[in-house]
Amino acid sequence: MSDTRPGEPDLSSYRDVQLSPDFSELRRRFRRFVFPMTGLFLVWYFVYVLLADYAHGFMSTKVFGNITVALLFGLGQFVSTFAITLLYVRWADQKFDPDAKHLRDQIEGETK
Amino acid sequence: MLLPLATVGDPKVNIAIFALFVVATLAIVIRASRNNKSAADFYAGGRSFTGPQNGIAIAGDYLSAASFLGIAGAIALNGYDGFLYSIGFLVAWLVALLLVAELLRNTGRFTMADVLSFRLKQRPVRMAAAISTLGVCFFYLLAQMAGAGGLVALLLGISDRAGQSVVIAVVGIIMITYVLVGGMKGTTWVQIVKAVLLVIGAGIMTLWVLAKYAFNLSSLLGAAVDKSPAVGEKLLSPGLQYGATGISKLDFISLGLALVLGTAGLPHVLMRFYTVPNSREARRSVSWAIWIIGIFYLFTLVLGYGAAALVGPDVIRAAPGKANSAAPLLAYELGGEILLGIISAVAFATILAVVAGLTITASASFAHDIYGQVIKKGQVSGDGEVKVARITVLVIGAVAIVGGIFANGQNIAFLVALAFAVAASANLPTILYSLFWRRFNTRGALWSIYGGLGSAIFLIVFSPVVSGKVDKKTGASLSMITDTGIDFSWFPLDNPGIVSIPLAFLLGIIGTLTSKEAVDVDKFAEMEVRSLTGAGAEKATEH
Repeated sequence: MSDTRPGEPDLSSYRDVQLSPDFSELRRRFRRFVFPMTGLFLVWYFVYVLLADYAHGFMSTKVFGNITVALLFGLGQFVSTFAITLLYVRWADQKFDPDAKHLRDQIEGETK
Repeated sequence: MLLPLATVGDPKVNIAIFALFVVATLAIVIRASRNNKSAADFYAGGRSFTGPQNGIAIAGDYLSAASFLGIAGAIALNGYDGFLYSIGFLVAWLVALLLVAELLRNTGRFTMADVLSFRLKQRPVRMAAAISTLGVCFFYLLAQMAGAGGLVALLLGISDRAGQSVVIAVVGIIMITYVLVGGMKGTTWVQIVKAVLLVIGAGIMTLWVLAKYAFNLSSLLGAAVDKSPAVGEKLLSPGLQYGATGISKLDFISLGLALVLGTAGLPHVLMRFYTVPNSREARRSVSWAIWIIGIFYLFTLVLGYGAAALVGPDVIRAAPGKANSAAPLLAYELGGEILLGIISAVAFATILAVVAGLTITASASFAHDIYGQVIKKGQVSGDGEVKVARITVLVIGAVAIVGGIFANGQNIAFLVALAFAVAASANLPTILYSLFWRRFNTRGALWSIYGGLGSAIFLIVFSPVVSGKVDKKTGASLSMITDTGIDFSWFPLDNPGIVSIPLAFLLGIIGTLTSKEAVDVDKFAEMEVRSLTGAGAEKATEH
């Protein structure tokens, strides 16, 4: 996002901000990250729950030693949760925050 | 090895270590309370905690006795099915991280109801949100207080109900003191201290157990199987507890749904996001909480199978607290009286910290939402609200003590699962709709909150957890009403989530679409812009 350009829309009300292209872009990018990510982990979680519930034979297969498929899937849920957390925090800190701050400064500058 | 059956270890050691914890945390609470002046100090700790501090406190708030003792015990006896609980409890945090925490921090002040009523008709929505907040807190409080009674039986050698009631009252009074003296700041520090002790304690036990098996998880699992001849290899795969019938499998899906969607609707968890200065710190809080909670649940996996392998399921079943005693028995087996004393004190501290967090949430909701906004219509000073909040703390404390004495002996995990189901049904749909759905309106919120709350509680009342569940082998009652002659259950599942959660989401849509209320476009614009940019968010108080 660039600095305030001449002719940029007036941001004196929240309604103006909401309708501004910069805010639409910010909202679109936020939703494009968090909605698919939410869908992804929920699907993965429920696939796991359904397998644990209805595929006992498959889940009790031993991979090595006493380590079963079920145990690996379960640990996989931990790994995916940690990974999504890392990904999101990095995305939000580096990609989202600077633009949100830019807009916030504009709004708070204008409304005060 | 022979264990004394009435109690484990030396009660004097347990009491001494616990007393030390209480004295130390009280000192911290008093120190932390010196700057308590405004409503923001009392409710939100001045919004001055850092993300990592708040993340540790969230873990301290979330990892209740049910997580620690309950999950370790469930894994020891039911193997893999116990592990499934902890996965639901962990994955649920992603909902809070991605969809709720930061947006809520940016738009609210003190309570969940601040956000839900932001752009809708203030009084009815706030009232509904406050009622469901109080409802969830009540069930969760009962679970913790009931757990305190059971723990006492095991660890302090107090087996008669009168003695246990006295201890429940003592727990309640200590908790009231923490909250009255320290407010949110004091409560937060108690949760931080407790979380650190809990994770260190569980970590040491985990390493100890693993060391006994040369850090080979496979041989630990093998030893657990050898010690559990009744179930054998079934201990290592799902289905032992939930795989019996088609109904119990469906019940498991219902539980999974309630767990994963409940966390982001728990009012005492949501309120913690107001204790940090901005949304970035709220994000760091959740990230820290996820790491701590995840690592802790990995510990409980080892501890559960460790208890099965080293203590054995027969000894655990015969102990006074049954499954809940698996972790303390394992501590005794590993490190004798001292380690048992430490782990017992940590378990007590866990109950205290969680109960304090629930109490401050419930009192804030009553004082800020019901008294300040609904009764006084916002025409009350912060000091006036805090005065009411303090009185509410006393009332809630008394209710918790009395309720805890009556609920003593009830199944903790059931009460906690109930709180999650109510939170997922009554709170989460309205939180998500009001943040993300422009068209959403007052009727949608009211139908969803009351419909979710009502249907969840209604189905529980007519489920086997309240009446009519009988252990086929022993003929003993497994329900809340222990008289096996009384059976008015017709809803087959223990957990109502699979019905009440979709119903609440649906009611939100139907209510919204049938209402003619026009969307308050300016308020919605303010909410949307503030939630994403953080403009106009409540700042930390300066001292």
